[in-house]
Amino acid sequence: MSESKTHAIVISDLVKSFGERHALDGISLEVHRGELFCLLGPNGGGKSTLFRILATLSLPDSGAAKIAGHDVVSAAAAVRSGLGVVFQSPSLDGKLTILENLRCGGALYGLTGTELESRITEASKALNLIDRLNDIVETLSGGLQRRAEIAKCLLIRPEVLLLDEPSTGLDPGARLDLWAALEKLRSDHGVTALCTTHLMEEAARADRVGIVSSGKLVALGTPDELTAAIGGDVISLCVSKETGADQLAKLITSKTGIPATVVEGEVRIEHGEAYALAARLAGEFPKEITSLRIARPTLEDVFIARTGRLFADQDLEPDMNAPVKKKKH
Amino acid sequence: MKPTRLLWTPALAFWWRDVIRFLRQRNRIIGALATPLVFWLLVGSGFGPSFRNPGALTSAAATGSYLAYFFPGTLVLIMLFTAIFSTISVIEDRREGFLQGALVAPLSPAAIPLGKFLGGTTLAVLQAALFCVLAPLAGLPIGWHQATLLLPALVFVGFAMTGMGFLVAWPMDSTQGFHAIMNIFLMPLWMMSGALFPMPAGTGWLYWAGALNPVSYGVTAIRSSFAATSGMALPAGYLTGLVVTALFAAVMFVISVNLVSKRSKRN
Repeated sequence: MSESKTHAIVISDLVKSFGERHALDGISLEVHRGELFCLLGPNGGGKSTLFRILATLSLPDSGAAKIAGHDVVSAAAAVRSGLGVVFQSPSLDGKLTILENLRCGGALYGLTGTELESRITEASKALNLIDRLNDIVETLSGGLQRRAEIAKCLLIRPEVLLLDEPSTGLDPGARLDLWAALEKLRSDHGVTALCTTHLMEEAARADRVGIVSSGKLVALGTPDELTAAIGGDVISLCVSKETGADQLAKLITSKTGIPATVVEGEVRIEHGEAYALAARLAGEFPKEITSLRIARPTLEDVFIARTGRLFADQDLEPDMNAPVKKKKH
Repeated sequence: MKPTRLLWTPALAFWWRDVIRFLRQRNRIIGALATPLVFWLLVGSGFGPSFRNPGALTSAAATGSYLAYFFPGTLVLIMLFTAIFSTISVIEDRREGFLQGALVAPLSPAAIPLGKFLGGTTLAVLQAALFCVLAPLAGLPIGWHQATLLLPALVFVGFAMTGMGFLVAWPMDSTQGFHAIMNIFLMPLWMMSGALFPMPAGTGWLYWAGALNPVSYGVTAIRSSFAATSGMALPAGYLTGLVVTALFAAVMFVISVNLVSKRSKRN
């Protein structure tokens, strides 16, 4: 299976609906071995549904997904043996110490005795937890808890790590620590990590990013490739009330021939020579434009360019417990 | 790692975790022990003067007092409470907590129920054993003969009670839902088991409610344990009570394993 040698995760045409709503609408993508991959999307875009399917917690309606060559539906036990999963909500027992949590976590994978103890030492060294092993988890900061959580996953020396919004609830310092830890795992142990996030800055640190919106993959590439595809810098114009953004966008397009779009009440233009264009626009529409901003494109601009929407929250993901037709597995 | 489906190591980890958690939360120990104790003293003392134990049942208790009659029922209530407290955590644990990690581990579907059942049973038996120290106060004998019969009865009742709690908790998404089921289902099962009052003989609905109620057999097994003597003969009703309770516990376990093994498309 040559595919599984180069690809840690292969997702082909995954579909998952909750009643009428398509949470995943035919997503396909591959994550290379040793890659830090970020699945970026607004809440409700479908990334948590994809995470649950990859983690073998939920079944797709159609399509397939393989982790390290094993199918997540038909070979769930094989997938689970080599998969580390970090959930958005903590999966440590707050009443136990880190050490006790690690022992319990290892036991779930059949690890016992000296093998377990040596792996605990190895994982807690990797995440700098060795001095905190005897602390009760609920007394620790969010950042430390998250690190302990990752340490628990490392006990099984996973080939692939899945992380669902791992920086939720972490302060900026703890976020940096977390990313440093992930990068170290990749360089030292060759771990592949797939991480869902709704934070642009987080996704910008990944090797490659897949942007998911309304259950579809709308962009895929390295952060640089994606932002370079915008074709220049981004000009955003705030418009006076008398004129209105729609009116100004039309005026600009008719006068300059450059496409201008309206996103959330602002006129938005991507252009290779943004500074020159901005000066020209400021001269031609001094009354209509109340403020003007030029910025290098970010992943948010990529999202806007691909979906025509701001990266605001979409509808919440479907209620997991809403009554839907139950199919037996 | 080759694909395996682990059973005993993870189950023992769950068991150990439940015991440690319980010992670290003193209010849980007090809650599970003090509530039935107060209940026993107040209800027992209040009903005492007006209680007449039907002849058929006096043989099981050394004295005819209501405190003595109600003592085995209180033991079952302690076990029910302990089992409920130890399984109710499943509801939150599964969506945000320790169990999440267990659901993505290569476990046999029996591992989680086995661990939870063992944990709940251990705690329930420990609490019940502690309460048994008070048996002489109720006028019930408690020595080696009684303890030998009592222990298996307590273990099977604990296993069955944890099983009922687990089956209610696993499909639930809120602890409020659990309380509702507990009040309309679990408590009546206990009340209709002969724990609170003797179930009448004959063919009336109350008789059938008791005869078809699996909890009745646990209460009978525990009650008759106190009537143990130094002879070889087992007290009347003990063996039937024990066997039916063990079967009921086994059924609870099988259904739980079945429930856990389902990975539905709903999630």
